[in-house]
Amino acid sequence: MINRLSPFLLTMMVVAYVFLYAPIISLVVYSFNASRLVTVWAGFSLHWYAELWRNEAIQRAAGISLEIAISAATGALVLGTLAGYALQRYPRFRGRALFGALATAPLVMPEVITGLSLLLLFVALEQAIGWPEGRSVLTVTIAHITLGTAYVAVVVQARLAAFDRSLEEAALDLGARPVKVFLVITLPLIAPALVAGWLLAFTLSLDDLVIASFTSGPSSTTLPMVIFSSVRLGVSPQINALATLFLLAVALLVTAAGWLLRPSQES
Amino acid sequence: MSDAVRRRAVLVLPFTWLLLFFLAPFFIVLKISLAESAIGIPPYTPLFSTDASGWHLYLSLGGYEFLISDSLYFRAYLDALKFAAVSTVFCLLVGYPLAYGIVRAARRWRGALLLLVILPFWTSFLIRVYAWIGLLKGNGLINNTLLALGLIDQPLTLLNNAFAVYVGIVYSYLPFMVLPLYAQLEKLDPALLEAAADLGCRPWQAFARVTLPLSLPGIAAGALLVFIPAVGEFVIPDLLGGPDTLMIGKVLWDEFFANRDWPVASAVAIAMLVVLIVPMAFIRRLLQEEAA
Amino acid sequence: MKRFRPGAAAAVDGVSLEITAGEFFALLGPSGCGKTTLLRMLAGFERPDAGRILIDGEDMAEVPPYRRPVNMMFQSYALFPHMTVAENVGFGLRQDGLPKAERAARVAAMLDLVKLGAFAERKPQQLSGGERQRVALARALAQEPKLVLLDEPLAALDRKLREETRFELVRIQQRIGITFLMVTHDQEEAMSMASRIAVMAAGKVVQLGTPQEIYEAPASRFVADFIGGVNLLPGEVTGSEGGRLLVASAEAGGTILAEHGPLARGTLVTLAVRPEKIVLDAPPSVANRLEGVIRGFAYRGEASTLEVELATGRVLRVSVANNARRREMHGLGDRVTLGWDPTAVVLLVR
Repeated sequence: MINRLSPFLLTMMVVAYVFLYAPIISLVVYSFNASRLVTVWAGFSLHWYAELWRNEAIQRAAGISLEIAISAATGALVLGTLAGYALQRYPRFRGRALFGALATAPLVMPEVITGLSLLLLFVALEQAIGWPEGRSVLTVTIAHITLGTAYVAVVVQARLAAFDRSLEEAALDLGARPVKVFLVITLPLIAPALVAGWLLAFTLSLDDLVIASFTSGPSSTTLPMVIFSSVRLGVSPQINALATLFLLAVALLVTAAGWLLRPSQES
Repeated sequence: MSDAVRRRAVLVLPFTWLLLFFLAPFFIVLKISLAESAIGIPPYTPLFSTDASGWHLYLSLGGYEFLISDSLYFRAYLDALKFAAVSTVFCLLVGYPLAYGIVRAARRWRGALLLLVILPFWTSFLIRVYAWIGLLKGNGLINNTLLALGLIDQPLTLLNNAFAVYVGIVYSYLPFMVLPLYAQLEKLDPALLEAAADLGCRPWQAFARVTLPLSLPGIAAGALLVFIPAVGEFVIPDLLGGPDTLMIGKVLWDEFFANRDWPVASAVAIAMLVVLIVPMAFIRRLLQEEAA
Repeated sequence: MKRFRPGAAAAVDGVSLEITAGEFFALLGPSGCGKTTLLRMLAGFERPDAGRILIDGEDMAEVPPYRRPVNMMFQSYALFPHMTVAENVGFGLRQDGLPKAERAARVAAMLDLVKLGAFAERKPQQLSGGERQRVALARALAQEPKLVLLDEPLAALDRKLREETRFELVRIQQRIGITFLMVTHDQEEAMSMASRIAVMAAGKVVQLGTPQEIYEAPASRFVADFIGGVNLLPGEVTGSEGGRLLVASAEAGGTILAEHGPLARGTLVTLAVRPEKIVLDAPPSVANRLEGVIRGFAYRGEASTLEVELATGRVLRVSVANNARRREMHGLGDRVTLGWDPTAVVLLVR
C-alpha cells in the first residue's frame, strides 16, 4: 500500500484523517474527564454520564427525535424509491424536468430556506383549512420526509442504474405482470440500497437542527435543538457524554449495516 | 394496467408531495416577502382582502427596500459568498490529496479508507461543530498544547472569528468534496499516467497535464456540493463565528427568531435563492451528465 | 404455422419469414445485423413499427411479453439470483397459477430433461456456466410454449462444452418437438444445429435455406464469405462448352470451367471456391489446374491450411484433410499443382 503513495501524499492523508477525527476523539476523551473544565484533565470519571442519565429534558427530546426519525425515514423511503424509480426508468414524461429538479434540489438547498418555507406553508395551511394544528411532531416529520426523499431517490437511482434489466425481462417473459416483477424480482435485489437509503434518511432526521427549529412547536423539541441551546451557552460535559453515546450508537448501526450489506447477497 | 397508467401511479405520490411540500412553500415565501410585518398571528399582513368595494391586493416592497437600504444585509451576502468560496478552495486543497491517496492505495484498503472519511458524517453534525469549540477556545486543547510545548506565550484567538468559521466549514463539508473527487479519479485509467511517463513526463508534470484536467468534472461537482449549502450555513457561523463573521444564513435566522420579522426573513430567503439558482442549475446539469 | 413480417427502422427492414412448427430455425448474421432486434420483437420487448407477428395465426401486436406463448433463453441466462434452481424453473408455472404439486412434478421433469435433477435446491451462483445454461433452458421449456427463443445460447461456453451442448440442444428439441428459434453470429453453430437458416445483414434477410444450401450455394459474396472460408476470384464469362461456362479470370491466370446455368458472354462474375474443394497435387483428369508455390502452412490437427501463391501473385487458401497418421507433407517453397472440379465452384453474378 505504501509504495504507491509518495511521502507527500501519505503525509497529507494522515493530516486529513487526524483533522477529521481529532475533534471526535477529544469529545470522547473529555466525556470521561472528572473536571468540569473540559480542557483540564482531572481524572477518569463517569460523573457526566450519570448526570446525563438524570437529565429529563434530554431524554424526552431524544425520544421525540427518535420517533420523528423513524417515521420520516420510512416515509422518505417510500417516496424516494418511487421518485428514484421514476427518474431512472421513465426517460420521458410530461413534467420530468420539474420533477427531477424538485427531487434533487433539497440536496443542495440551504436548510434555512427549506425550513423557513415549510414553516410558512404550515402557517398558511393552518390559516386556510385548519390543518396542521400548530407545529408539532407531525410538521417536523413532514419536513424531514421532504428532505429525506431527495437522498433516498439518489441512492435508489444509482442502484437501479447498475441493475441487470434482463432479469426483469426474463420474469416478464415467463408470465409475471410488471407490478409482480417489481415486487418479486426488483425489490428484493435492490433491498440493500433501500436499507442504506433508510439509514441515510434516519441519520439526517436525527441530526437536523435548522429545519426542526423552524418547523417544531413547544411540544416537539428535538434532541439537536436541546443540544444547540445547551452549547450556545458554552461547553457542557454532559453534551460530551451524549456525543460519545451517539458515536457508539452510530458505530453499532454502521457495523450492522455493513454486515447486512455484505456482498454474498447477490451475484 | 397500461404503461401510461402504471407510470402515473408511480409518480402521483412523490410528485404531489414534492409539489405541495417543496415547491408551493417557495411561492408562499415570495408572497410573504411582499407583505409587511404586523402584530398578531400570523405576524404579517394578508395578501388580499375583500370589502364593499371589491378585492384589494396588498403588495409591499418594504422588506426588499429594507434589505437594500441597510448595508448589513448586503455585507452579510457578500461575506457568505466569500466564506463559502474560500472554504471551498480550502476543502479542495485538503480533499484532493485525500481522494487521490485513496485511489492510489491498494484495492483492499480503499473501502475502509472511504468509510473512514464518511463515518464522521454519520455522527451528529451539530456535535462535531461543537467539538471544535473545545479545541479552539482560549483555554482549549490546541492552545493548551501549544502553550505546554512552549511554542507560544499567549493563547491564540482561534475561536469566534473567521478562522474558526473556515475550519468549521471545511471540516463539515469535506466528505462532500472527497466523494465526487474519488468517483472521478477512480475512473482515471492508470495507463494514461504510464503513457505520460513513458513519453518523458516527470510525476508532477504528469499530474498537472493529465490527472488534473481529467479530474475537473469531479472538482466542479465537489466544489458546488460544498459551496451552495455553505452559503446558507447557520450553525457554523453561530457557534464558531463572531460579530465580524456575519453570514446570510444567520441573518435569516435572527430576522425570524430574534426580530420576529417574517417578511424581511422571507425577503432574505428569496434574495438568497436568486443568487443560488444559477449554481444550483449548474450542478443539476453536472449530476445529470454523470448519470448519463 | 407461424408467419411474421416485421419491418421497422433501420434495425430490421422488410423481413418476411415463415417458420414451421417443430423446426429448429436459426437467425445468423454479424453483430448489428438486426437479428437480436428481431428476436426481441418476437418476445414482445420491442414493438415493430410496421408489419405483423402471427403465432399460430394469432396477431401478437397488442400482446405483452407476459401473455405471449413464447419463452426466451437469455444470453446472460438471467437466472434470478435470490431463488433456487427449482424456484427459477418453476417461476413461470407459478405465474400460470399451477398448484404446488403439479408444479413440483413439472419442475422435476424439466430438471431431469436437462440432467440437473440433483441441483434443484442450489442457487445460481453456485453453478458453473454450463449448468446455469441448462437451468435457463429448463426454465424456458417448463411452460411448454409454442416458440422458444434462444439468444446466442452457446456464446458464453468454452469450446468443449459448446460442442457437447450443441448435440444436447438438438436432441432435446427433437424429443419435445417445440419450435426453436436461435440467434447467433457463429456460423458453425447455426449450421450444425438448425434445420433452416436465415442469414441476415444490415436489417435484411440475404439468404434463407438449409445449412447445405447456404454453404454450397451461397446467393451472394457476403454469404459466401461469412459462412466458412472461401476464395473469391473476379472473372468474366467468355463462352460455354458442353453445358459449362468458361470464365476468364486474370487473378487465376487462365480460364476456369464452371458448372452453372447459362449466362451471357461478358457477364461479370465472382468465382467462389471453398478451400476444402481445392485438390493438392491434382492429376491431369481434373479440369481446372493451376500452378503455385506454397507460401504458408498452418497445421491444425484435423486438417492443414495452406497458402499457395499462383503465378499471378494471387494467394489461394487450400484446406487439406489430415487423413493419415504419417504422410509426406509439403513444405514451404514447394511447387504444387492445384485443381478443382467444375462443380466445386460457385458463380456469383456481380
